[in-house]
Amino acid sequence: MELLWEISIIVIKIVVVVSVVMFHVAYATYFERKVIGRMQMRMGPKEVGPLGILQPVADGIKSFFKEDIIPLNSDKPVFYLAPVISIMAAMSALAVIPFFDGFIISNINLGILFILAMSSLGAYGIVLAGWASNSKYAFLGGLRSAAQVISYEVSLGLSLVGVMLLAGSFNLNDIVEAQSSSVFGFYAIPQILGFFVFIVSAVAETNRPPFDLPEAESELVAGYFAEYSGFRFALFMAAEYIGMIIMSSLAVLCFLGGWTVPYYVLYLFPFLGAVPGVVWFILKLYACIFFYYWIRATLPRFRYDQLMALGWKLLIPLSLLNILITGIAKLII
Amino acid sequence: MLNEPGTYLPVGYLPILIFLGFSFVFGLGSLVFGLLLRPRRPYAEKLSPYESGIAPEGEPRQKFSVKYYIIAILFVVFDVEAVFLYPWAVAFDMIGLYGFVEMVLFIFILVIGYVYAWRKEAFVWD
Repeated sequence: MELLWEISIIVIKIVVVVSVVMFHVAYATYFERKVIGRMQMRMGPKEVGPLGILQPVADGIKSFFKEDIIPLNSDKPVFYLAPVISIMAAMSALAVIPFFDGFIISNINLGILFILAMSSLGAYGIVLAGWASNSKYAFLGGLRSAAQVISYEVSLGLSLVGVMLLAGSFNLNDIVEAQSSSVFGFYAIPQILGFFVFIVSAVAETNRPPFDLPEAESELVAGYFAEYSGFRFALFMAAEYIGMIIMSSLAVLCFLGGWTVPYYVLYLFPFLGAVPGVVWFILKLYACIFFYYWIRATLPRFRYDQLMALGWKLLIPLSLLNILITGIAKLII
Repeated sequence: MLNEPGTYLPVGYLPILIFLGFSFVFGLGSLVFGLLLRPRRPYAEKLSPYESGIAPEGEPRQKFSVKYYIIAILFVVFDVEAVFLYPWAVAFDMIGLYGFVEMVLFIFILVIGYVYAWRKEAFVWD
């Protein structure tokens, strides 16, 4: 009976988190189109509702009413399941993210490792989609994506070792606590090298521009989801945006101090202490998401050889160097 | 945190299991819900794989470059390295200088292999 009670509380928490995150996913697409539109001297969406505010709702409804085309000779069970695998891997990483002090669905002591594991599993959805579609574009897109995701997985994982060294824990709650009691109040300054490697790897890991080679529309049409339509396509898009939110949350929690404000800022502006932690978290999260859009509007797409060279020849040595520097600094202090 | 051997129950992971189930139901459920709403009018041209408007030619699942395998093998090496680095990082306060020197030696051995892969042009994509 007690177990049943506990499970129902967990389910309620999950429903709340998923609906809040799906709302933010929907409006992240709107935010992206507005921001990129302004950066390219356009208006962005403006027809559906005032200032186009209902655009994501219209898009959502539309995707339900679109015909679901299953290409001939495709591997049907795999084709059906690939987007579900993608959304499962992206969504379940939300379980270990503390959105503010004390709110977390599952407070396991391996939080970071779980997020990294889930972001690697996301590659399965992409590879299987590419394989099952029976289309050349999708096949090439899936292959490229697999190689890209595993290459940047290494530097992503290594860039977080510096944070683990400083905080001495895998638990995201503990990492935020350790940060707020550190000298600078957040780890982006002492871990500047790790932060740089993390940002670049996170953009590549989520297949966002300028590293969107798996779905490079000028050469591969849409890459691994070229054959997907209707709500299956929407699931892939949702998985991509959730991935973006997860990576931004990881940046906020590991490098930008999570829901806390540095103590010296509080000393200078004491009234900021009244702002609840969740507001800080969302502000920092949206700053990261804005950064994603900003580099999308600014940088041209990498060539594939440049992408591999950047990952293997620059980011991996840099992240190893960061670990050595952090270790030496920790021994001296 | 340390449990007696044999008595450890990973209760902290129960919410994650429920979350996995929930997201599976969410993904599948939204597709089944769409099944009730969407039209279904297939014909041969619509079902053929998209190839920029021309009739598809040849087998789509072709041979691909061996480079992908090399990248996959290198990934395994470095990911295992990362897996060794994680517990080392968390236990750093306990093992101190001794642990640090050990890890420098470990990374040094790996860097030899890394330099070898670099010289053999494993990272060059042509």
